Amino acid sequence: MNFSAIKVIYRAEMLRAINTLFQTIASPVISTSLYFIVFGSAIGSRIETIDGVSYGVFIVPGLTMLTILTQSISNASFGIYFPKFSGTIYEILSAPLSFFEALIGYVGAAATKSFVVGVTILITANFFVDLEIQHPIWMLTFLLLTCISFSLFGFIIGLWADSFEKLQIVPILVITPLVFLGGSFYSISMLPPFWQNVSLFNPVVYLVSGFRWSFFEVSDVNVWTSLSMILIFLAICLGIVSWMFKTGYKLKN
Amino acid sequence: MNTVISIENLKKVYDNGFTALNGVNLEIKRGEILALLGPNGAGKTSLISAITGIISPTSGSILVDGFDNVLEYRQARQLIGLVPQELTIGAFDTVWNTVRFSRGLFNRRDDDKYLEQLLKDLSLWDKKDDQLRMLSGGMKRRVLIAKALSHGPEILFLDEPTAGVDVELRKDMWRMIARLRESGVTIILTTHYIEEAEDIADRIGVINDGKILLIEDKDTLMQKLGKKQLVVDLKQAIEQLPASLNEFELIVSESGTSLTYTFDASADSTGITKLLSAISQSELQIKDLNTSQSSLEDIFVDLVHKPKVEAKQV
Repeated sequence: MNFSAIKVIYRAEMLRAINTLFQTIASPVISTSLYFIVFGSAIGSRIETIDGVSYGVFIVPGLTMLTILTQSISNASFGIYFPKFSGTIYEILSAPLSFFEALIGYVGAAATKSFVVGVTILITANFFVDLEIQHPIWMLTFLLLTCISFSLFGFIIGLWADSFEKLQIVPILVITPLVFLGGSFYSISMLPPFWQNVSLFNPVVYLVSGFRWSFFEVSDVNVWTSLSMILIFLAICLGIVSWMFKTGYKLKN
Repeated sequence: MNTVISIENLKKVYDNGFTALNGVNLEIKRGEILALLGPNGAGKTSLISAITGIISPTSGSILVDGFDNVLEYRQARQLIGLVPQELTIGAFDTVWNTVRFSRGLFNRRDDDKYLEQLLKDLSLWDKKDDQLRMLSGGMKRRVLIAKALSHGPEILFLDEPTAGVDVELRKDMWRMIARLRESGVTIILTTHYIEEAEDIADRIGVINDGKILLIEDKDTLMQKLGKKQLVVDLKQAIEQLPASLNEFELIVSESGTSLTYTFDASADSTGITKLLSAISQSELQIKDLNTSQSSLEDIFVDLVHKPKVEAKQV
């Protein structure tokens, strides 16, 4: 195992985030604050409680998920796409390290950044609402698994994309709609029965539901189902990545 | 001298159907400087990329110091340093960080003294804290060399290292190559500057259409394939060549005072004696004689433009 290579890739990726610290931390903090002002205070004050939880508090897990999903994908996809685009990937490909080691470096750094952003959002939220976490271990587990699996997903997009346009297509056309329709800002039980059933095909519903359960013990689906779904998603991403690595997909041809 | 890289029947067909390497066989000797010459698109970069692991070959095998470069890629790649053709380098990293990054990728412990010396040798030490985007093209090229040498490779690939480089840096680079070679590093370089191959290489390979057309010791090659020219200066200008000299395919200068005869220096019979006696029989008076050897460039152009030349291996 080439730990040294993992370390230098991880460090270089983290250094990139530290150099753009304002963008990395300030941007999610500002957007979260804006959501709280608009949804939590202005609109939320006129909405009843949902399952006994005030609306301002109710949206915290969904809002966190929304940001860490998009951050994980954009961090990881850009992290591997840019060396491909600039040509510096030659160095990774000709070094004595396995794809798996490169993956740990890139995805580990992307997931770490998202995790820090997630925690920052929760701290920011605490300034606006009184947040109590019923199951902190579950909360951290969901947060971590989401960061890792969506960073992996971002890594796949980064490998697949051969233009900046493609890099943006999946986050904009797939992820954003799934997150907004995945119960980030509402409980799917508020939907008509038909749309409730349709929503069950949306993987983000399980993420948000499980994450929300760890805060308030209220959820749209069983927490174990949520956990299983995220593990299945993680396994699928791992499967795709290992296939890509075995075939040298778009990297070595 | 034993073999450090052994390539057998290497083929590479890209996804778009282009055959970049079409059955390459090549043995690279330990400690030599091998220059690979070939026109654009000949397969030089594909060959280097296949050896260094950047592209997967379609078939064939590559052994680097006895290690299969696919099955035992860690050991094989550990021995190799690569300076790519393009100035592919990050923008916001500093020189120092990027060199340390490269060393780390090769699983080598931090050795700041070694890296300091390396940067000093490449006149980069005073730039060590500069961001890469602030450097000139020549400096970026030096950084790429520093990165390739950061882990102390035994084999160094230089893919057109002097393309777009000024004279000073080019000279610096050849000095560095000479130093590396003295320390036992095997160097494989591709170049468009044939005179450079002529100056520094031990062996020269010519590649075209994904095949090695020829690989030979530079001196043997020059001797074997070098055409020579004999220029005969005459005392008096001639208007027409005597018919008895027609068989020699001589070129008469515009002034009519010199005749040029081209012959194969490696042939058993060069035809010089016959030519000289024919000249003396035709009663032309000789003022001076001199011979010149064709350059590697002539050999190269000859080979590349004769697709039917059979591959020669040494």
